[in-house]
Amino acid sequence: MENLIGLFLNSVFVGNILLSYFLGMCSFVAVSKNMDTAIGLGFAVVFVLSITAPVNWLVFHYLLSPGALRWAGLGSVDLSFLKFITFIAVIAAIVQMVEMVIDRYSPVLYNALGVFLPLIAVNCAILGASLFMVERDYSFVETVVFGFGSGVGWLMAIVSMAAIRIKMRYADVPKGLEGFGITMIMTGLMAMGFMLFSGITL
Amino acid sequence: MKISQSQTFKAFSEPIVKNNPVFIQSLGICSALAVTVQLNTAVVMALAMTLVTAFSSLTLSAMRKVIPRNVRMIVELSVIASLVILADEVLRAFFYDISKQLSVFVGLIITNCIVMGRAETYALGNPPIRSFMDGLGNGAGYGSVLVIVAFIRELFGAGKLFGFAIVPQTFYDAGYMNMGFMQLAPAAFIIIGLLVWLQKSLMKG
Repeated sequence: MENLIGLFLNSVFVGNILLSYFLGMCSFVAVSKNMDTAIGLGFAVVFVLSITAPVNWLVFHYLLSPGALRWAGLGSVDLSFLKFITFIAVIAAIVQMVEMVIDRYSPVLYNALGVFLPLIAVNCAILGASLFMVERDYSFVETVVFGFGSGVGWLMAIVSMAAIRIKMRYADVPKGLEGFGITMIMTGLMAMGFMLFSGITL
Repeated sequence: MKISQSQTFKAFSEPIVKNNPVFIQSLGICSALAVTVQLNTAVVMALAMTLVTAFSSLTLSAMRKVIPRNVRMIVELSVIASLVILADEVLRAFFYDISKQLSVFVGLIITNCIVMGRAETYALGNPPIRSFMDGLGNGAGYGSVLVIVAFIRELFGAGKLFGFAIVPQTFYDAGYMNMGFMQLAPAAFIIIGLLVWLQKSLMKG
């Protein structure tokens, strides 16, 4: 249990998927201009990450990894080279399904998240989390925690960036540094803040 | 017509400086910066990215008349993903150490906005050869940013370039120290921010 809490805190702060692995930057820069959309996209990422990472774990461990097809009598088959294309297909399919389910059962949630869901299929953070899960050899439970934690970390980063950008409207930024440049520098400063947590171990 | 004025050449040269995908369109910074701690990995990543962009543009442009509009995203993704698998397998076969260091970031070329973006906006509306050059140009524009950032980070962070010591030992004896900060993630963000500033002020003049 303790190591799960540690893993969660690590994926939110020190190993923040955006601030220390640079994943999901494109939508981060584009969407953090506006608070409401930042919150919407942030929650959509948490939601989709918590579903896709465990599903991809199942797909990888029961279909793709070396010897995974033993249950079908094909013990010597190694399909792990297909993981990129499979993961991206699984993610796209899940996003589509989530969109349809939400649309059918919760129109309120659909209005809040609906526009962001298609964007998410190509967000690097989603695919990145699935690939990290394979790379670091997480167990199923760890994957669930890691997926959720990474999502929360991404949400925190984008919401704080949106908040900083609202304040920045009144600041006198040098010409040429406006927009993308200053956003990058602020992200760097924020990443330094998040790194301060690296002293904490559980 | 001189070669420097032909449209094919322009498709190649424009995205390198004038319309750089990272600086001007702020695309593709995702996954990119994580591999810039060392020049080695940055150069390999830049090459992989350039080839994937170029060949995916070529393939998609050659197929552009037969792809139905409403399933084009899936077609694009599968072409790109297949090329990335190829790149990953080649890296693992011939450059195993570097591929270990690049870890998940080769796979993340699939979701890099530049590859998708070029396919969507350029390859689907232009002939194959020109799309190929456009892909090469965008890949090179992106790669050059990676290499510049990696150059700064490795030189100041470790005193090395491509793993060879550049800063002489006498400097260290005299009290020079490597800047550990350059090796950490925040440095990459800040360097990119400053480079954008530099590029914008130069372009205006």
